Amino acid sequence: MSSTDIHLHQHTAHGHAHDEHHELPWIRKYVFSEDHKIIAKQYLFTGIFWALIGGAFSLIFRLQLGFPGANLSWLKPVLHGWIDNGGKLDPDFYLALVTMHGTIMVFFVLTAGLSGTFSNFLIPLQVGARDMASGFLNMLSYWFFFISSVIMLWSLFISTGPAAGGWTVYPPLSALPQALLGSGAGMTMWLVSMALFIVALLLGGINYITTVINLRTYGMTFTRLPLTIWAFFLTAIIGLLSFPVLFSASLLLIFDRSFGTSFFLSDIWIDGAPLAHEGGSPVLFQHLFWFLGHPEVYIVLIPALGITSEIIATNSRKPIFGYKAMIVSMLAITFLSFIVWAHHMFVTGMNPFLGSIFMILTLIIAVPSAVKAFNYITTMWRGNLIFTPAMMFSIGLVSFFISGGLTGIVLGNSAADIQLHDTYFVVAHFHLVMGSASFFGMLAGVYHWFPKMFGRMMDEKLGYVHFWCTFVGIYFVFFPLHYIGLAGFPRRYYQFTNFDAFQTFGDLNMFVSIAAIFTFAAQMLFLFNFFWSIFKGRVAPANPWRSNTLEWTTPLHPEHGNWPGEIPHVYRWPYDYSKPGAAEDFIPQHIPYSQTPSSNLPGEKDPD
Amino acid sequence: MSQSLEIGIAVVLILAILVLIFRIQALVSVMRGSYRKRAGLSNKVNAILFVVFALVGFGTFFWFSFGTEYHLPVSSSEHGIHTDFMFWLTMAILVIAFVITHIFMISFIYKYQFDENRKAYFYPENHKLEFVWTIIPAIVMVVLVYYGYRTWNDIFKMAPADRMEIEVMGQQFNWLVRYPGADGKLGSHSYKKISPDNQFGLILEDQTGWDDFAPREIHIPKGKPVLLRIRARDVLHSVYLPHFRVKMDAVPGMPTTFWFTPIQTTAEKREELGNPNFNFELACAELCGRGHFSMRYILVVDEPENYKKWVAEQKAWAEVNREYVVKTIKPEYKDKLPEIKVATPDAPTVAPADTTTPKATALNIK
Ligand code: HEM
Ligand SMILES: [Cu+2]
Ligand SMILES: [Cu+2]
Repeated sequence: MSSTDIHLHQHTAHGHAHDEHHELPWIRKYVFSEDHKIIAKQYLFTGIFWALIGGAFSLIFRLQLGFPGANLSWLKPVLHGWIDNGGKLDPDFYLALVTMHGTIMVFFVLTAGLSGTFSNFLIPLQVGARDMASGFLNMLSYWFFFISSVIMLWSLFISTGPAAGGWTVYPPLSALPQALLGSGAGMTMWLVSMALFIVALLLGGINYITTVINLRTYGMTFTRLPLTIWAFFLTAIIGLLSFPVLFSASLLLIFDRSFGTSFFLSDIWIDGAPLAHEGGSPVLFQHLFWFLGHPEVYIVLIPALGITSEIIATNSRKPIFGYKAMIVSMLAITFLSFIVWAHHMFVTGMNPFLGSIFMILTLIIAVPSAVKAFNYITTMWRGNLIFTPAMMFSIGLVSFFISGGLTGIVLGNSAADIQLHDTYFVVAHFHLVMGSASFFGMLAGVYHWFPKMFGRMMDEKLGYVHFWCTFVGIYFVFFPLHYIGLAGFPRRYYQFTNFDAFQTFGDLNMFVSIAAIFTFAAQMLFLFNFFWSIFKGRVAPANPWRSNTLEWTTPLHPEHGNWPGEIPHVYRWPYDYSKPGAAEDFIPQHIPYSQTPSSNLPGEKDPD
Repeated sequence: MSQSLEIGIAVVLILAILVLIFRIQALVSVMRGSYRKRAGLSNKVNAILFVVFALVGFGTFFWFSFGTEYHLPVSSSEHGIHTDFMFWLTMAILVIAFVITHIFMISFIYKYQFDENRKAYFYPENHKLEFVWTIIPAIVMVVLVYYGYRTWNDIFKMAPADRMEIEVMGQQFNWLVRYPGADGKLGSHSYKKISPDNQFGLILEDQTGWDDFAPREIHIPKGKPVLLRIRARDVLHSVYLPHFRVKMDAVPGMPTTFWFTPIQTTAEKREELGNPNFNFELACAELCGRGHFSMRYILVVDEPENYKKWVAEQKAWAEVNREYVVKTIKPEYKDKLPEIKVATPDAPTVAPADTTTPKATALNIK
């Protein structure tokens, strides 16, 4: 502890000197900024931008699925040649939309947009640090993400269209331009973009980890870290261990595509000619992809769970139930997330013995997940619940986490998965547990930390309307997809009219599409509220939610360096809400025990 | 044009009105100072809405789940009966968990709304409780794993010796199907031999392939185990027989297999569903490109006698393509070419020691 201590003081002194001497030029302050708070906002704005594009794409393909054969010529001004003269959407472009939708949502919105925003914003503020361990690397991280975004965006406009082989980009389809229109230049851009994205993510992740380990303020032990920080910390570790595997897979795929190697290709005859590739295995790619891909769903989910823990505790005015159990479950999930990947591959032809092993490991992960859900609910028991918009979205998250997580248990069962794999049942499952839950975590985080980000409050009433429209809308969209999946409908189908078996459910598909349009439209309420409040919102009080964590001890508009004076010290865990004997229903972390004699439990005293 | 102008104006007006309402609402709340209260009327409204949502939601869920016919008809394969049972058993447990957790959550939301005069109960942990609810899901998981493991191993155990075999090959964007013919052996093949005339890439010199036949529909006899030998020649595909609960990827360079036993003929299924036009269908379940959604093939389950009759009507592939075969086959084999025979149904359906068909399958049917 003492060595950290010295380091911290040095850092503080340095921070002061730095701040006093020179005012930074505008471009260094707001564009190429090294301030974690600015970088967080850059991630947030970019994430919102991508969410709109990804969401809009889902609407276009939902139109195709809900109203097959409808005349879509009115989209011609936007989509040009991808709508034919009869007003029909091009099947290649349908696949491109699905692929880009998945890629954008998973990587750009819920990885960069969520972790990038909240890890950046909250880690220094909540552990009591002036900034990230390396502001420069942090800046670099955002700009790598930015370039990656530009490339992906650009790929939407090239004549052969963007990558279209699904967000999982399985070769040989993604490797052979002659197999799919999107596997030409679009796929090359996808791979380059993802490689840069991974660099961005690793630079960010290294920073998050270093900051949490080294820059905690005096007294901020690991067992006093808010669960948000635990979540971001573990997420960064998962990312650090799993993303390089996707990097290698992408690299090998680039080799197969451009340099004639055969890592993933073998025995292929296409376009009137056999290919020279021999000895590769497409299944190998799937192993590599899912070695990242499954941890990735937790990279997306765990930060949202961390945010929810914080918000539910604060707004229940109660300590989070089972703080240690929450940490242990997150640790367990982190570990297990690395050894379940092949549950995505039960019917790929891999050895069935592997199938049974991965079924067992997958079902184990249900246990820590269940513990987390129980703990959220118990936190609300006998609480004093304040339904702020952030709290509402957190409750929504718990609901999605349960309804979507449960169906994972049946999908993890390899025998049942034979039928369910690659049907809409899977689409329903992962949209609830990963898509919607994480999306709600992100929205909850924005509503909760908006006052700290912009010094103003968002409008509550509008927040409620936004919540109810979105919550109901999402269940309307994704719950019916379970039934469609049980009826056997395969995913990534341009239309279902070719099969007798998939003739039913035209009406339900239409309903889903209408609900999707409604849900998307409801997000405009959020956008309006967000941008309006940045400029016109009511000025926020210092600690609007009466929260215990350190970020609320900073000034309303914290400068680079966060605290004008010394960094506050920490004396207690972050969940002293409604402590018996205390005057208020919260005791922030920086209040020493010596100031709260009436509420101290046996053994609680300040260190000498 | 003028119509879209009108729509545009209407939209702008509606938006303006909405913004106005929003502003008035915000100003009123500032005047009333209601934001200074820790929790106002909205808190109560939201709590009630959660209850309403739960009631309506559960109502719709149960009404739709039990009131409508939405899932696939009863499985027409033997193992499908088991996987379906397991699915519904698991589902029953999941629905119970879903309902119970939500009832708890929603009732807490309603019951513990903010009250200025009450203090929340400081309750950071309870090891006994935590232990119990770790153990209960763990036990449930053990049971599910046990059933799942047994069912899975049953499905993937070695195919019975009295099985018949069919080759199913995926290509962009249709299926090609090949039967081993009278000798019960599929002729060997190589992707390098593929040509427009030789879609399977048959090695013509391999005599076991001379009686193979390639029908336009798959026919299988009821009650007999069928082993599908699955391959792909361009990209990934996936053999998906929804009514038989069968799915297995077709992988270029890595032959796969799946075996199942049909327990219902097409005619019986038609009767069961009251639909004289019903057909079993083979679909593709792995994205394979532009035409992925259109890879349809018909599968017919016959009574064994009818199946024999059907087989007897099939012409061998080499006979149908005799001209090509004669032209292409190595000269020294040309004389050996018999009058390529029509398949005879009485021959053994599977050869004892199978050496010519692809061995490198990752699915160990050993
Ligand atoms: C407006 C909300 C959304 C709607 C209506 C929607 C709808 C859909 C549908 C219907 C599909 C399946 C298409 C198919 O397989 O043919 C799909 C695919 C997908 N969605 Fe969404 N989605 C939404 C939001 C999200 C979010 C928030 C995520 C974040 C995780 C997400 C992630 C994905 C992924 C990963 C795929 C798979 C893409 C692929 O198959 O390659 N979606 N979406
Ligand atoms: Cu997974
Ligand atoms: Cu396909």
